[in-house]
Amino acid sequence: MELNMELRGQVFDYLLRHADDRLVLGHRLSEWCGHAPMMEEDLALANIALDLIGQATLLYKLAAKTEGSGRTEDDLAFLREPSEFRNLQLVEQPNGDFADTIARQFFFDSYDVLFLEKLSLSAYTELAGIAAKALKEAQYHLRHAQRWMLRLGDGTEESHNRLQDSVVNLWCFSKELFVPDNLDQVLVTERIGVDLKAVNSSWQETVTDTFREATLDIPGDEQYFASGSRGGYHTEHLGFLLAEMQVLQRTHPGAIW
Amino acid sequence: MSAWDYIRSVPDPEIPVVDVVSMGIVREVEETLDCVTVTITPTYSGCPAMAEIESGISASLHEAGYKQVEIKTQIAPAWTTEWITDEAREKLRNFGIAPPERRCASGIGGNSVACPLCGSEETRLMSEFGSTPCKALRVCQNCLQPFEHFKCI
Repeated sequence: MELNMELRGQVFDYLLRHADDRLVLGHRLSEWCGHAPMMEEDLALANIALDLIGQATLLYKLAAKTEGSGRTEDDLAFLREPSEFRNLQLVEQPNGDFADTIARQFFFDSYDVLFLEKLSLSAYTELAGIAAKALKEAQYHLRHAQRWMLRLGDGTEESHNRLQDSVVNLWCFSKELFVPDNLDQVLVTERIGVDLKAVNSSWQETVTDTFREATLDIPGDEQYFASGSRGGYHTEHLGFLLAEMQVLQRTHPGAIW
Repeated sequence: MSAWDYIRSVPDPEIPVVDVVSMGIVREVEETLDCVTVTITPTYSGCPAMAEIESGISASLHEAGYKQVEIKTQIAPAWTTEWITDEAREKLRNFGIAPPERRCASGIGGNSVACPLCGSEETRLMSEFGSTPCKALRVCQNCLQPFEHFKCI
């Protein structure tokens, strides 16, 4: 589909949001490599990280092509400041203990499967193709996170309490996954983007069912909820993550090997 | 020999007993006098073998005398294990990797997968993630051997 100048900029911003989610979460998961509680989990988390970073690469490539100003996927990943990143605050949260990582992953994966199902119908066919491919991977990721939610939640007293703490601590980052802004609305009208409100109710169902089976309590809504990440507002954790991820390109611009 | 025949000599870098064509990675080959364009579909978004596959295909065609080789990547329709040929499935099994099922089951549990070593259907999933993005880890309840399963996507 042919995009006019204005729409091209909007699609570029939209692609960055969803590429940034995947790059930042993929980087977080890669921090587990060599440190996971068991061998199988080390492989699983590294594999999921690889899928997410691969998806980010495809989205950044499409973003660079859509922008058409000669930037590459590497420029977008390594040469932007924290305030230029548009990822959700959820995905930049530190790994914490294994329960924190699983809770963060469950919230994201359960959203991601529903999001990608809708995105695979996008009128921007190249984006739809990337989404259809990523969806196959996201389904595996969700099953992995769900299994661990059950195992830890309905496990020992210790594992149950720790996972319950994790979901309470991360709950404040769960709302903004589904709060559409102007850009979302424009792209829904153009049939390019996803109607987040339509995804929200299915997500609530997945969460309610999994929590019930895992014997976890769903935190209440009478609390602070994070917002603004799509506009470049982040927690302090993103800056440290990017500093580590970007150090090579920042120190030796253009370095390749 | 056509360009297809040369590409068939390129092994999958992760599982060298099978070639890139029988794994369903090569979509299209267009040949003109001394130029050839090959369209490939990546297996997983982050599969690190794709760069190796591209350079393998390029090298085999250059060696065969094609002066200009272009590799294009096509993402849609997404790669599926249904494109793996029967012959390649048999080679995977003989290599000790349980081939993907013809039809994917969704949800937790999935299909029963036969042990590639003793043939028993009594096998258990250890992890949906293995040494490469495309494989899961299983263990056979009968011969007690752990083995890899090429997962169905």
